[in-house]
Amino acid sequence: MRERNRFHRLTVTGAVAASIAFVAAACGGSSGSSSTGGSSPSAAGGLGQPPTATMAPPTSVGAGEGQLNIVAWEGYAQPQWVRPFEQQTGCQVNAKYAGSSNEMVSLMSNGGGGQYDLVSASGDADLRLIYGGDVRPVNVNLIPSWNDFLDFMKSPAWNTINGVHYGVSYEFGPNTLIYSTKTFSSPPTSWAVIYDPTYSGQVTVPNNPIQIADAALYLSKKTPSLGITDPYELTQPQFDATVNLLKQQRPLIKKYWDLASQEISLFKNGDVTVGAGWSYQTNTLKADGAPIDETVPQEGATGWADTWMMATKAPHPNCAYKWMQWVTTPTVQAQQALYFGEAPANSQACAEMDKMQKGGCAEWHADNPEAYFQSISFWKTPLATCDNGKNECVPYQDWVNAWTQVTS
Amino acid sequence: MAAGVAVEARPQPRGARVSAALWKRAWLRASLVLTPPLAWFLVIYIASLVVLLVTAFWQINPLTTQIVHTWTLDNFRQILTSSTYRGIILRTVGMAAAVTATDVIVAIPFGYFMARVATPRMRSALFVLVLLPLWASYIARVYAWILILNHDGVLNWTLLKVGLPRANIGYTNIAMWIVFCYVWLPFMIIPVYAAFERVPHSFVEASLDLGAKSWRTTRRVLLPLALPGIVAGSIFTFSLTLGDYITPILVGGAGSTFIGNVIYDNVGVAQNLPFAAAMAFVPIVIMAVYLLIARAMGAFEAL
Amino acid sequence: MEGRGTRIVLVLWVIGVLLFLFLPIVTIILYAFNPSNVQSWPISGFTTKWFTVAFHDPQVRSAFVLSLKAASLATVTAIILGSLAAFGVHRFRFFGREAVSFLLVLPLALPGVITGIALNSFFSFNTINFGLMTIVIGHATFCIVVVYNNAIARLRRTSGSLVEASQDLGAVGWQTFRFITLPMLSTALVSGALLAFALSFDEVIVTYFTAGAQNTLPLWIFGAIRLGQQLPEVNAVVAVVLVLTVIPVLLAVRLARDTGAVRPGAAAGGAVQAELPAE
Repeated sequence: MRERNRFHRLTVTGAVAASIAFVAAACGGSSGSSSTGGSSPSAAGGLGQPPTATMAPPTSVGAGEGQLNIVAWEGYAQPQWVRPFEQQTGCQVNAKYAGSSNEMVSLMSNGGGGQYDLVSASGDADLRLIYGGDVRPVNVNLIPSWNDFLDFMKSPAWNTINGVHYGVSYEFGPNTLIYSTKTFSSPPTSWAVIYDPTYSGQVTVPNNPIQIADAALYLSKKTPSLGITDPYELTQPQFDATVNLLKQQRPLIKKYWDLASQEISLFKNGDVTVGAGWSYQTNTLKADGAPIDETVPQEGATGWADTWMMATKAPHPNCAYKWMQWVTTPTVQAQQALYFGEAPANSQACAEMDKMQKGGCAEWHADNPEAYFQSISFWKTPLATCDNGKNECVPYQDWVNAWTQVTS
Repeated sequence: MAAGVAVEARPQPRGARVSAALWKRAWLRASLVLTPPLAWFLVIYIASLVVLLVTAFWQINPLTTQIVHTWTLDNFRQILTSSTYRGIILRTVGMAAAVTATDVIVAIPFGYFMARVATPRMRSALFVLVLLPLWASYIARVYAWILILNHDGVLNWTLLKVGLPRANIGYTNIAMWIVFCYVWLPFMIIPVYAAFERVPHSFVEASLDLGAKSWRTTRRVLLPLALPGIVAGSIFTFSLTLGDYITPILVGGAGSTFIGNVIYDNVGVAQNLPFAAAMAFVPIVIMAVYLLIARAMGAFEAL
Repeated sequence: MEGRGTRIVLVLWVIGVLLFLFLPIVTIILYAFNPSNVQSWPISGFTTKWFTVAFHDPQVRSAFVLSLKAASLATVTAIILGSLAAFGVHRFRFFGREAVSFLLVLPLALPGVITGIALNSFFSFNTINFGLMTIVIGHATFCIVVVYNNAIARLRRTSGSLVEASQDLGAVGWQTFRFITLPMLSTALVSGALLAFALSFDEVIVTYFTAGAQNTLPLWIFGAIRLGQQLPEVNAVVAVVLVLTVIPVLLAVRLARDTGAVRPGAAAGGAVQAELPAE
């Protein structure tokens, strides 16, 4: 009896103490997961200084650490250019693939968690990473090819804040309209086809809240009275009209694809005949002999401009710099551009592309990059502050909620 | 007490004093034995769960996605009042129930056969055969179903060859139901088999002796006695379906968002841990209720 | 007891279920020989090149090794802690006994995604680096439950008279444990360990949240599937793993059957306790 009571007291005390300790620890102390200290952005108006702005980048690149962990889009770490890199530098590349900017931001939270070195982030992830303190300034002087970059890719607004570079630009491209040549004898001229009930049950679009911008872009041309000028800066009425369109599109959708390979499979196996995607899917399908092609319709396209950004807590900074040096060289830029179907940042890559594939440079618009660049509406993080200074635009959190409502 | 009353001076085995000391103090023995596993569970598992659930009462700063420690019930309000999330929850629970019911129906004749009709050799063979698919990766098996069910897949190819029209099952709720039933089936068959196997043959014989035919015996004697085991198996199929997000992503079509997807999206993608944690309350509450019912039915002894 | 008709129906049912269970397995193996990168039906040819590709792929090798390491460590931890827990709950009556057995079902009853994100926040919050140890901790948590279930089922089935007899004959605590209790428990522990190993090896959801930049085999498979570049390689890897594991599974079943004093059926039933999530 006495033993039982003693044990009883021990267990109860232990359990209670443990619970109190942990709840107290969780409540007090610094904030939870994704924090790396530094100031949080100020309220409406300016965003203030990024938390890592004062982290001085290195002035030279030392010996490789033997390993490199990157977070990349599917198709950004092909053996074609990864193997030579590994052989030359000794840095073994570990690629974790992400299918959306959201995933990348999440993987890179907490400064990369001490796990990841680099991320190939698109414009809509960049600001979130920079202001979340997850990426650190990069010394572009250590990257010789940077001097050959196209002017508008050297210090673009999405990865350079107050003259500080938070990464090095990589490549850019549009989100295209992919279609089956069996269903469409000639390329569709308008995005209207993916909102057309004729193709009900045969349409696919990415499962990504940023897709709302695509619908907004289409509406900006179809219903000019809405007054949409920037598909990422939508006032509430404009946003509501766009979400309405997406809800009407919902019954037409066979599947909202999460992974690039899913879209490839959907088209290959005849489950869909038209949809939105990347040139990567089209190239893969064409290489496999599928009757698929793509086009950029008359309303234009949204797109992405990717930057290799370095994690604040990168465990292999030297290998990271070696990678950035490698993938900005004309040869690798050309290989990547041809493989994925995008335009390189390095102006010297055009000649290489033509060497590897006749007419390759013109096919991916690397011969006239400035005009091509202007024609694309690049991904950026929707903020409450519109460019005109007013605070009436719908922020990204609401995009996420609306998207969940539309797709579920 | 079993006193080793050694009359002759036999040498004590090593550690006899410690052993005797422990024998007298049961609480010490209990502590020594229970502390390591309990410590693991409390310190790591329960603590992390508690912290996660506490997070549900907080919010995040939308731009920096840092957690703000202001106490609020907003997350729960959003889940309960939004028709979207209610729909998601209902869809998930409905699928879990459908999958569990189907697996129970499929498993009962199989388990019965294994337990009462098959010879011992056949039984071992069936046992191995049922477990074997578990060793092929879960993702690969789900992916194989995509290949079977999609528009130009094995199923439609076979149907067309036989002259039947295509069955458009790919990327639908039916496809998800089939895949879920498939992947959890071994987890239902084994407990059902064990349950049937545990019923002593004497009960069946007695029932037959008392005049009941085989169907009646099965219905009135075997099934009720095997019920705890069946319920034990259902805990897993229900819970696994409730929290899965991979199968909806791979196999589901438009409108196949499950509770697991919302949690995953908010953690891995939108970085809204408080909201994900609030959503996590839902399957926890559902399973708590399920477990209480299961325990009342004696399933815990049948685990 | 059953009539002829019922028997035939049962046999047909069993065959049907087995066909259902193995249809995707056959599909996986078949597609391992598909020369085309993009999977579609029917297969465009026949080649064994993917097996060589998989064999020489350093990512596959390191993922496989990591999976083996994690599963082994998790299983060892599970055996020790699981059997301790089983002893504790079985032999001692203490306050909170019911709660403890309830607690020990949770890792399996709660969806893996919840365990995953809970552990993920826990590790991030305490700035523990993700790696092999965090994976093992995540896996061990449900592996412990598996072993515990097996062990306690066996303990419930065996009578305490053997232990008492041993003590009456003069054995001290650890001698009784070593010569009486442990052998009684051994096959239950072995089958529990085997099941725990299987679950850990194929676990993907909790691992996704507790692994760092490295991949276990299931994570590699998921990454390869999402990339969609060399899908037949995935099939080849899965087929090889499947073939490799037939032997241990057969051994385990044989072991569970031959326990001598215990009824074959009961051993098998007790052996594969609480069937556990492949995630």
